[in-house]
Parts: sequence; structure tokens; C-alpha cells
Amino acid sequence: MTEIIIAGFGGQGVLVMGQLLANAGMLEGKEVSWYPSYGPEQRGGTCNCSVVISAGEIGSPIVSEPDAVIVMNRPSLDRFEPAVKPGGILVYNTTLVDRAPERSDITAIGIPATAVADELGNSRIANMVALGAFLKASPVVSPESISRSLERVLSQRHHHLIPLNMQALERGRAYQ
Amino acid sequence: MKQVFQRPESLTDVQMHYCPGCTHGIIHRLVAEAIDDLGVRESAIGVASVGCSVFAYDYFNCDMQQAAHGRAPAVATGIKRVLPDRIVFTYQGDGDLASIGMAEIVHAAARGENITVVFINNAIYGMTSGQMAPTTLLGQKTTTTPQGRSIEANGYPIRVSELLATLDGAAYIERVSTHDPKHVRQAGRAIKKAFQTQLEGRGFALVEVLSTCSVNWGMTPQEALDWMRDNMVPYYPLGVYKDSARKEEAAHD
Amino acid sequence: MAKVLMKGNEALAEAAIRAGCRAFYGYPITPQNEVPSYMAQNLPERGGVYLQAESEVSAINMVYGAAGCGVRVMTSSSSPGLSLKMEGISYIAAAELPCVIVNVMRCGPGLGGIHPGQGDYFQAVKGGGHGDYRLIVLAPASVQEMADLTFEAFDLADKWRNPVMILADGLLGQMMEPVKFSQKEPLAVEKPWATTGARGRRPNTVNTLDIVPESLERRNYALADKYSRIAQSETRWQEYKTEDADLLLAAYGTSARVARSAVDMARAEGLKVGLIRPISLWPFPSEPFERHHGKEFLVVEMSMGQLVEDVRLAVNGQGTVHFHNRLGGMVPTPREVLVKIKDILLGGEGQ
Repeated sequence: MTEIIIAGFGGQGVLVMGQLLANAGMLEGKEVSWYPSYGPEQRGGTCNCSVVISAGEIGSPIVSEPDAVIVMNRPSLDRFEPAVKPGGILVYNTTLVDRAPERSDITAIGIPATAVADELGNSRIANMVALGAFLKASPVVSPESISRSLERVLSQRHHHLIPLNMQALERGRAYQ
Repeated sequence: MKQVFQRPESLTDVQMHYCPGCTHGIIHRLVAEAIDDLGVRESAIGVASVGCSVFAYDYFNCDMQQAAHGRAPAVATGIKRVLPDRIVFTYQGDGDLASIGMAEIVHAAARGENITVVFINNAIYGMTSGQMAPTTLLGQKTTTTPQGRSIEANGYPIRVSELLATLDGAAYIERVSTHDPKHVRQAGRAIKKAFQTQLEGRGFALVEVLSTCSVNWGMTPQEALDWMRDNMVPYYPLGVYKDSARKEEAAHD
Repeated sequence: MAKVLMKGNEALAEAAIRAGCRAFYGYPITPQNEVPSYMAQNLPERGGVYLQAESEVSAINMVYGAAGCGVRVMTSSSSPGLSLKMEGISYIAAAELPCVIVNVMRCGPGLGGIHPGQGDYFQAVKGGGHGDYRLIVLAPASVQEMADLTFEAFDLADKWRNPVMILADGLLGQMMEPVKFSQKEPLAVEKPWATTGARGRRPNTVNTLDIVPESLERRNYALADKYSRIAQSETRWQEYKTEDADLLLAAYGTSARVARSAVDMARAEGLKVGLIRPISLWPFPSEPFERHHGKEFLVVEMSMGQLVEDVRLAVNGQGTVHFHNRLGGMVPTPREVLVKIKDILLGGEGQ
């Protein structure tokens, strides 16, 4: 069972990242759950989601001891770094996080996700860059399943952006 | 032998429970005659409210639903939206429509809900034995305004027809009275028109009918009719407050 | 049909449409907003009516009107909104109108919060509105059940001429899980009592008023008789690893998911623990509790001790009933339930 928390500002696509992971897991025949933080609607507020991918039935979809955390901004790093299980993975967006993680018992992977996305011409695909970096460290689902999931998770009017999203995912996976 | 007068088909033969001198019975008959005249009894669904007319479901010879206090316009909306080709009407008193059910009537009118509302304004709560209504006149004595309704304590009576006529969804709004035969006939014409408005799909139609409550007003039936003419009609002026058909005709001129 | 990843609220709405729901009247409130949105987007093009009412009060009375016409109809809300609907629900139960009422519970009392809670248990199963009446109350514990139990709710409502409530919570409404919709056909039930216009028949009346005590008492007894027949045939629950259990957990909905994980954790440590999960909260499944009389019980709920009362009634003094809860939108964790399990079975060693 893999338990993941993804966090960032509203609008950074963190809920979509979680849905892609969950949908990809489902396509690969696993049990999955996705649960968002929800609150009064606020553009730009912080948000996060919990994703569980498991061989067996899932109990609580709320993740409190994540195997992996992906943070897209500084407040999310501050909040979720302490929660990562010892030996777990922390992916952080160095473009928007101005400090290094403090934990030494986890694998921390910094990637300038927003900067890479800007290079690709669309800062809104920073989430896919970070997701790529995570999948390289923890191949819990295949890129092919993510690609198929994009067709389902993105609305029809964004389907022309699927190749660009996959390009961003690959940049994340290739980042050293 | 030629029959010159009979019970409308849209009324049952159940004996009504209304007090002597009450004008509910007359107004029931006017509603039933309108339904008969338009030939819609078999497609009519009425909604009874809470108040003296709570038993209306026993008196109208068509399908009826009995609604919670004030909610008849919501119930009628629920019916009309799923059966748009049926003729749906509510029959509500002033406490039901203008007090506890103010939100429901305003929003039904605002939506232009294609229903017919017969609104009985007798300036008092009859069923619960004579308390102040939202339409009780200033100075009028009731069991809950023993010294007479005062502005300081109770504010002003609500003129429902004028208020609803401001809403774009209201297609036809008229206030009528039942204090003499001439006005009863006019009330009948207005009620029929309110059903016609629905048949033509023009939207929300309401007829406010001034009515007596001689028992709770503490008067004889004749005194009550006179009191209504002399006190209620001046505060609640009779007439057509909204008629979208007439406006359209005017626009063609 | 393949599985799709959906929010619980959306799966519920889709299942309702598949069950033949042809009218939805609602009012916005978090955390159930996906239900009306889904209905607004999908119901009209699939032959139904969607209308946003001016209040929960109006919405439930619109449901009364449409249900009285024999149409499959639903409303959805969340805790404070359900309080407003209670008047109408009492009338609907009294008039014996079939409909489905959804409560995606948040935490209270008052405006409370928007996070998951189970504090409306009493309101749902003990009445809520005035007078003697019962709702059939179904408690899903997964997105799949949000769909399956909603579909079933429409059939039960028609079968028994009784309102059925889906008692979910914010977590089940907001979470996504894979769901597969059944290809089942809705139950076809004749409704000769419906008010559809008295064409070629005597008029029908939908009414809850009966001021003659002898007559109303007969109606009350008839309702009571119906409720006992429902209790005989519609009680639903699920048991998990209960056969050899020394300690039986009892939980529904989200709490049951947590409890099930705690059972697995306890079993991994060699502790004989099981779970009884009521699916119908009314009628309440007493039978599995009676079968385990003499054992220990642990109720897990997101309320102040509501489910625990029905469990105590079912245990009837034949066993100790322990209790663990979280409130205010907090969801218990399997680990804290495990601590409680160890505390009960091993004494202080669990701490």
C-alpha cells in the first residue's frame, strides 16, 4: 500500500495530480482512493489531497503517515515534511520553496518544477513535472497509465494539452 | 323541468365546515365554476393549505394534495414541474400565504411558475380562532392585538397583490372582493382568467379575494360584508395589478 | 461497463438518474454541492427536472408535490439543511410518499463546520420531524455503495411507500474511488394513489390531516404495522471477521472504514477482533449483536454517543459496550482505534 499526500496552492493542479495517480492505479487493477482537503472556496488558498494505492481494500482515505509527499510551495513543505514516514519520499518544487528540507531520514528530491514548466511554455504544467520526478523515485504507476488517465481526468476542452502534459511528465522523470 | 342552478361538477357533495356567513364557500364555488367552464377538472391538481381552507381537499372534486403551512406554492411547483400539462392551483389564506409562506409565494411568482393561486384575505387567522394576520388592518382588534393592531408593535399590513406585481415572473395579479353579488361575479371572472393564464402558459397568476370572517370579527354576516366594503377595500384597492397579456396587446398598438 | 473514478456525491447522483429519478429539488450547501451540480448538468438531458429551490424548506415540499404525482424524486442536503427539511419529511412519511432524501453529513451543532461528521444519526433514525414515523435509513461506506444504496433506495421507497434517507458524510461525498454502475432495471411499481389528474377515475388525495382520533389512531397503527414489516425484511448489515472475535467493533459509514483497518491491524497482532457494520441504520440490525451476547463491544463513531445507544439496546446488558469517537470534523485514525482495542483486550498494555 502506498499513501501519498500532494499539497500546494489552489490552482497549481495538486488535486489533478492526485486524481491522475488514483485513476492510473485503478487502470492497473489496484484499489485506490482520493480525498481532497475541502473548505470554503478560495482561489489561491492552500489545498492538498490524499491518495492511497493498494493491493487490498482501503480503510480510511485520509493519509496521516504518508509514504510520499509532493509539495508545490513553501507552506506545504512546512506542514507536511514532518509527516513523511521514515524512509519515505519528499518531492519539493524548488522554484517556490526557498528552503531545503530538514529531515535526514527521508529521500528528499528537489526539482524546479515551475521553472521547467515555464521553459515548456506553460507554468500550469509544473504539477506534471513534479509528478514525473515522483514517479521516477517511486514508480507506483506507469507513465502509460498516467497518459490514459489524462484523457479521463482532464476535461474535453483541455485534451489538446495532453501531449504537453506528457512532455512535462517526461522532463520530470529525466531530471537529475 | 328545466334545471337552472346546480352544484358545479368540480365540487363534491361533502357538507362544508365553514361558519355561517363565511365567504369561503362562495369562493370555492367560483373556483369550481372556473374549472368546469374551462373543462379542466380531469387534469386539475389542487393544493390545499393550512388555515380554514385546510379541508379544501374534501370539497374540490379533483385530485388534491394537502400541503404544510405556507408551503403550497412549493408543493404546486413540485407538481407542475413534473406534470407540466396538468392544471395546478393552490388555495391559501393570508396567514398561510403572506406570513409563514411569504418566501414560497414570492419565489414561485419570481420564477414565473405556471400555476394559479387563489389567495383569501380576511385580515385574520380564522382556524386558530382570531389572531392577528399579516393583513390585519391598523387598529383592528384580534385575540393577539386586544387593543387593536398598532404600528409600534406590529408594523403595517402587507398588500400582497401590489408586492407580487413588482415581480417580472408574475403574469396576472388581480384583487377582487366578495361583499356584494356584483363583486362576486367580478371575482369569478378574475379566477377564471387566472386559470386561463395558466392554460395559455403565461406564468404565475394570483387572485387576491377579500373575504369575511364574521365570527372572529365579532359581527353578523351582513355587518361583516359592510365592514369589509368600508374598511378593507379602501386599504386593499380592487383592480388588476398585473396582466402581461394586456401589456403585450398594448405593445402592439 | 468498466470502473470509473468518481466522487461519492457524483456516483450517488448518477445512480439516482439510473434508478429513474426524474426530479431533483435542492439548495446549495457544502459538502453535498456536487449532487445538485451533477443533477443540473445531467438530469434535464436525460428526461428529468432539475430545480434549485429558494430554501431547503421549499425543496422538500417540492419533493412532496412531485412524489405525490408518483414520480421518482430526490433531494439532497447536508446537516443544517436537513434540520430545515424535517417538517416536510414528517409530512412525506405521514402521506406515505416514496422519495429519496440524501444527507451528506457535516459536523454540528448549529452551523458547525463543513468537515465530515455523524452527528445526525438520532435525527435520521429516531425521527427528527414531529410525530411518530420512520425513515428507512441506509448508510453507505464507499463510493460504490453511494451508488448501489442510492439505486436501491428508490426501489425501497416505491416498494414500501416510504421516504428513504441516504445517510452519508462529507468524506464519502468528497472522496473518489472506482465505481461500477449496475445494469439493473429499476423496480416497476404501480401507483394508483398518485395525483395525476382524475381522468376517468375518482379523485385521489395526498393528505396528512386526520382530526378524528379514532381514525388517526388507525392510520398510526397501520404505519406501525408497515414499519414492523420493513424491519422484518429490510434490515441490512455486514460482518467482518466476527466469527471467532472476542471484541466486536460497531461502526457505520466512514467510521466503519476506519474500524475495518483497525480490525486488520489488531488481527496482525494476533487479537481476535471483528466488525459489525450496520448498513440499514433503521431498521437497526440487532441480530448480529444478539448473536455475540456475552462479548466485548466497541462503538466507533463521529458523534457524541449516538450509535452507542442502539448498540447498547441490542446488547441489552449482555456484554460491555465501549466507545471511541472523534468530533468537530475530525476522523478517527485506525491507529487510535487500535490503541483502544488493546486497552480493552490487554488492559493497560495497549497504551
